[in-house]
Amino acid sequence: MRYAKLQVRLQDLFPISSRCRAAAFLHAVAGLLTVACSAAAASPNFQKDIQPILAEHCAHCHGIDEETRQGGLRLDIRQNALEGGDSGIAAIIPGKPAESEMVARIHATDPDVIMPPPYEKKPLSAGQKKLLESWIADGAGYDPHWAFVAPQKAVVPAVAHASSPIDAFVRDHLAEKGIEPAPPADAATLCRRLYLDLIGLPPSPDDFASFERDGYEKTVETLLASPRYGEKWARHWLDLARYSDSNGYEKDLPRDMWAWRDWVINAINRDMPYDHFVIEQIAGDLLPGATQDQIVATAFLRHSMLNEEGAIIPEEFRMVEMFDRIDCVGKAVLGLTTQCAQCHTHKFDPLTHDEYFGLFAFLNDTYEARSPVYSPEQLKQLDDIRAEVATAEAEMRSQRPGWRDEMEAWLAEALGNQPAWTPITMEDMHSSGLLTHPTQRKDGSILMVGHRDRDVLFQSEPDLAGVTGLRLEVLTDGDLFMNGPARDELWTVARLTVQAKKPGDDAWEDLKLVHATADFSEPEQTLPRPGVDPKKNDAKDPKKDGQSPTVSIGPVANMIDDDDHSAWRADRGLLLRHQASVAVVQFERPLDLPAGTRLKIAMRSHAGSGDMIGCCRFSLTKSPTPTALPIDHGAMLAGRKPGGERNAAEQAAIFTAWSKTIPEWSALQDKIAAAWKRAPMAPTTIMHLAARSPAQHRPTYLLDRGTWNQPRHEVRPHVPAGLHPLEAAGDPPRLAFARWLVDPRSPLSARVVVNRIWQMLFGQGLVETPDDFGTRTPVPEYRDLLDWLAVDFMEKGWSQREAIRQIVMSDTYRQSAAVPPEVLARDVNNRLLARGPRFRPDAEVVRDVVLAVSGLLTEKVGGPSVYPPVPQNVLDFNYTKINWPTATGPDRYRRSLYTFRRRSMPDPALANFDAPTGDLSCARRLRSNTPLAALTGLNEPVFVEAARALALRTLAEAGGDDAARVEWAFFLCTLRQPTAGEKRELVAFLQAQRQRLAEGWLDAREIATGDPDTLPRLPAGTTPQDAAAWTLVARVLLNLDETVTKN
Amino acid sequence: MIAHDIHAARARLLSRRWFFGDCGIGLAGIAAGAMAAREASGGIAPPSPLAVKEPHHAPKAKRVVYMFQAGAPSHLELFDPKPELARHDGKLPPADLLKGYRAAFINPNSALLGPKYKFQPYGMAGIEMSELVPHLGGIADEICLVRSMQTDAVNHAPAQILMNTGSQQFGRPSFGSWTLYGLGSEAENLPGFVVLTSAKGTSGGASNYGSGFLPTAFGGIPLRSSGDPVLYLSNPRGIDRDTQRASLDTLNRLNDMAVGRFGDPETAARIQAYEMAYKLQQSAPELMNLADESKETLARYGITDPSQAGYARNCLLARRLLERGVRFVQLFHEAWDQHGGLTKAIKKNCDDTQQASAALVMDLKERGLLEDTIVVWGGEFGRTPMVQGGNDGRDHHNRAFSMWLAGGGIKAGHVHGKTDDFGFNVVEDAVHVHDLNATLLHLLGFDHTRLTYRFQGRDYRLTDVHGHLVKGILA
Repeated sequence: MRYAKLQVRLQDLFPISSRCRAAAFLHAVAGLLTVACSAAAASPNFQKDIQPILAEHCAHCHGIDEETRQGGLRLDIRQNALEGGDSGIAAIIPGKPAESEMVARIHATDPDVIMPPPYEKKPLSAGQKKLLESWIADGAGYDPHWAFVAPQKAVVPAVAHASSPIDAFVRDHLAEKGIEPAPPADAATLCRRLYLDLIGLPPSPDDFASFERDGYEKTVETLLASPRYGEKWARHWLDLARYSDSNGYEKDLPRDMWAWRDWVINAINRDMPYDHFVIEQIAGDLLPGATQDQIVATAFLRHSMLNEEGAIIPEEFRMVEMFDRIDCVGKAVLGLTTQCAQCHTHKFDPLTHDEYFGLFAFLNDTYEARSPVYSPEQLKQLDDIRAEVATAEAEMRSQRPGWRDEMEAWLAEALGNQPAWTPITMEDMHSSGLLTHPTQRKDGSILMVGHRDRDVLFQSEPDLAGVTGLRLEVLTDGDLFMNGPARDELWTVARLTVQAKKPGDDAWEDLKLVHATADFSEPEQTLPRPGVDPKKNDAKDPKKDGQSPTVSIGPVANMIDDDDHSAWRADRGLLLRHQASVAVVQFERPLDLPAGTRLKIAMRSHAGSGDMIGCCRFSLTKSPTPTALPIDHGAMLAGRKPGGERNAAEQAAIFTAWSKTIPEWSALQDKIAAAWKRAPMAPTTIMHLAARSPAQHRPTYLLDRGTWNQPRHEVRPHVPAGLHPLEAAGDPPRLAFARWLVDPRSPLSARVVVNRIWQMLFGQGLVETPDDFGTRTPVPEYRDLLDWLAVDFMEKGWSQREAIRQIVMSDTYRQSAAVPPEVLARDVNNRLLARGPRFRPDAEVVRDVVLAVSGLLTEKVGGPSVYPPVPQNVLDFNYTKINWPTATGPDRYRRSLYTFRRRSMPDPALANFDAPTGDLSCARRLRSNTPLAALTGLNEPVFVEAARALALRTLAEAGGDDAARVEWAFFLCTLRQPTAGEKRELVAFLQAQRQRLAEGWLDAREIATGDPDTLPRLPAGTTPQDAAAWTLVARVLLNLDETVTKN
Repeated sequence: MIAHDIHAARARLLSRRWFFGDCGIGLAGIAAGAMAAREASGGIAPPSPLAVKEPHHAPKAKRVVYMFQAGAPSHLELFDPKPELARHDGKLPPADLLKGYRAAFINPNSALLGPKYKFQPYGMAGIEMSELVPHLGGIADEICLVRSMQTDAVNHAPAQILMNTGSQQFGRPSFGSWTLYGLGSEAENLPGFVVLTSAKGTSGGASNYGSGFLPTAFGGIPLRSSGDPVLYLSNPRGIDRDTQRASLDTLNRLNDMAVGRFGDPETAARIQAYEMAYKLQQSAPELMNLADESKETLARYGITDPSQAGYARNCLLARRLLERGVRFVQLFHEAWDQHGGLTKAIKKNCDDTQQASAALVMDLKERGLLEDTIVVWGGEFGRTPMVQGGNDGRDHHNRAFSMWLAGGGIKAGHVHGKTDDFGFNVVEDAVHVHDLNATLLHLLGFDHTRLTYRFQGRDYRLTDVHGHLVKGILA
């Protein structure tokens, strides 16, 4: 039959890429053997033999999902299978296969009777049918899925010559299989393996000398204590977290998230216990006294892609972000794929549709916040400033023991002086470019979601009879930068206009606005107009062409003066600007407009869209001559709450506002103002999560088929019943959820981590699917080892460093990777662990190896991402023009961890070595071995520059003899001496190329520098021809299989 | 020396050919070699992931050229004549039409906009198409015009991803990747799935042709119109062909020694990858060089300057790729998002594309390739009959749009499906994206429900859980 079914399991196809056919063959053989054995003697094992059949062939219609369940029958629960479904016929009668309906059905020939039904296209093999029969004959015992039962430490087998529990488990199993473990790898191989695995960089000759002097164990300690260790292991978590430096989708604008990347490096270098590591990233902001670091940690959940395409409905894509967050937590922490349950109950795993939204609800009640991230020195400065302010305010309070009553009296009076304002309910809101999506909430406030735009228009049909004034409140919101009122750093209003259209009228009539007042305006100042070069526009008449080189910023009257080049702004200073403001304008005369008159308010910011208001509210009043009081609006908003309900920030706002009214305190006020003036500018910002205020609680609804606008019923936060329970300890739900994820009773979390660590070291996990421990994942070959490691990991305080140390100290890890054909044939994928790991490391390690051996590598931890050279034809082909300031100087040779990750334009040099795009959480990289990777190694600019540098390094360090140079360069790349044959090849190549250079076929300078007119920086006593010939040799050496492989 | 020979033989035999499978030229020799290898190396003869595979049933077509018109062309100006819409120009749409409707930018209750161009019947089949596309009119009897396309997404990036990967979520394999996964590649020295781009980058970006969760070997590889056609194809400055050959010979011999050292089939695969890289250094420039194309051919595609990058040249390159056994060629032309300036821009787009699109179909036909090649032309959604902006733009519209197909197994000279008087809703024979993909897979020999790949415990398909075969468009 040639028309074979094209359903290929991953490990059959591409585990280690070239080994597939043999793998498939071996699996097939293994399958046959299992069947043969079971049929002959041993009882089928439920987990190994039966459960996979039920999951694959039966669960779709007779599993956990009610929606697709047929005949009311469940086969995943023994009780139900024994009772039968709606028909009442027992599917299984233990011990009596001949009488069991299941057996009758699987052997039926009538297409209407046979199970599974033919249209499911999942027929059972004869072997599978036999297994089911003998299982029923044996009593049809069920066990829960192995991965949903908490791990326990199995007794470590007593095995001679096993120096660690890991080795005992492995040797015991190998002995059972009659396989000898491989001998230990030689010192150089081990040294290089350790370096690549622990710090992601190759050992230098000096490092190797230390290794030989200090020994293996001490080297392990040294490497685990190196800051390079955090860089190497952070990258794996960055894959899982889908870290990127851009937002994704069409616009794919840059974002600042590197502070989180540095947080991860730092956490790993400090060996932060993994449970804390997870808790801080899910809910660090909710920990008591949360630090800036703990808030930065929650950026983990903000790495989702952000759609900024013009015409989107923002809530639709916020839901996509939420789905992505659940997906990420599922894969990274729980080792469960959750996506299925987004639309319906999971077909295989214990995650119902409702439970999915239970998880969703833990994370949904959040703001998408963005905050500055200060350096440690700046944090200290900020502490000092706050202390100074606190001291001054304490001084004030001590001067007036009755301050509290005075303040409340003042507040009551101020509130009493406010006219009655009625918020306008808008009927139509949009921005001029249709890019912003203004969204009005119950309290009348309007949040500007979506893109920024310059003009926003608001239409309504309010009661206008006798209206005298309009109030614009500029409000703060948790979804905005620093919980302030601006879309970015600052906001302005250049123009506020109001028009009316009476019923039956066609035209809009302007309503003249007069007498603008505000709680605060900056003094008038003239600033260059953003985006305009003042020199170029000097001569132009601002009124004529609208291109005034300057703008006038400050007084609130600017917004009603019909001039776009003047604007209202209320910047109270770097840290104080993120608070509410208010402006009031009067209509020239009280409005006399009939019911049904439409009102149109237009608001424009001065600098294009760069300083847009993020949240506002419009209200009307009929009070005579309304004005805004010169009292910070934030204090007034806080003051409307009864004293007992105000939080500390609200109380402080009121105190600050009131204190400004006390004349005797002007000196202290000056002190406070001077302190705030010293506020430092943060070097970067971070997108993170923040808890919503109770007033803005966001309920979660089950979404029908996962469709964003099809809510069914409200779902409270809850965890899946099939996993360990959540202890309600009085924590906020998200924090409780975070703790639950890494609860020691979790059957999954610890297993998932140790399995992942194993995968990083051995190239594949003990469980091959690191992100799926669900019911379709078979019991792993080394389950006892996995469970032992998981429990041990928790016992040792969730220390990843300890787990890594434990594994690399084992003899199993230290085995030679060389494999004789007969062993290879028996275990292509090294599932049995009878040899050491050998594979091409991750893209970043490959590139870093090349940078390191050539001597180019810049070792600097952290900071903004750097822009690697990317071919112009890639840069040119983006949907939008992008800014790509390619790094020069030392930044060009930073570790690959620090290169800028643009989602829609992955750096091809890394992508060709299978670096993921960051679109989704990635728990395992597939490894390919393609001509594109070969071309990258040969011709990509950084690789080429490395070849040139390695040539010069060799010439400088290895003396004058070609043979010695070959040995040295080869040693730098592979940490071993070349064999005589290898040396012969390289010397012959070198000499042939020297000859070609000498004959003038090749231009030495061009090869050595890329430019025929540039001389290489030659070491003493060498020629450009040496540099060129050695560049060619170095290019070969950097592309050696051994150089780009962990051996 | 004997040991060395064994290693060399094994390296040769273990090695995979990355861009073409085991069934290309020299089938017999390779098959015999593979047998010998299996014996010599204890049963490990790793095949290429791109080895040619048989589909589920006898296919009607074995390769695809997909001309993706990104940005979403207006069906109302090109393929779907609506005299009634012309009569309603400037009037508001009937209220019941808009029930539950969601446009991207505009208030749905905007005035209707009559078609900007006239329609006329073309070919023996008398298919009505726009005056903008006379060349497409010239192939009317070759194509199947589907006027009843529908999609779920109304924003560009998600809709492009849906069209090309069957899902609005990023991370799924593209159609080309599924095809390569299912059929392998027959191309020697060229990738099996090639992407050609013109105008600007697409909204969906690299995910439009990515391999998603399939191994990266199945991903689309862009052949670029400027600089290196394949990234990093050129040697560093100063390195000529002879030195490159000598470098690779040295590298391969050293790597061959490593095969002996570690016995790792991956090393053998690496030797082969470098060899293929070397071959690609010749084959890609050769492919891009149109010097051997006749004047008549160039003229037919509307190419005046063969060195000029663009859609027309990409169409000709597509033919050259298909001739060389490339399984899936996808063109992307991101230019059709006419929210405003429709009249002028859509004419320019047609001037840029329609002649070459038609030329490719006829060129394939004359070379005997059309009968087993599927040609697809279309974008990610359609445009509203309602106006956007002043009086010269249309918004995104996902309820109805047009695409056309030609080639192997496609009913030629045929119109499938029908929309209402405004081109707003499909009224007959709706074809959802998933239906289209199911049908295209059928033509390639696959039951779309059985072309699956297990990822994260689930068997994924191009058509997810959807898709019905559209018999009406089959020959």
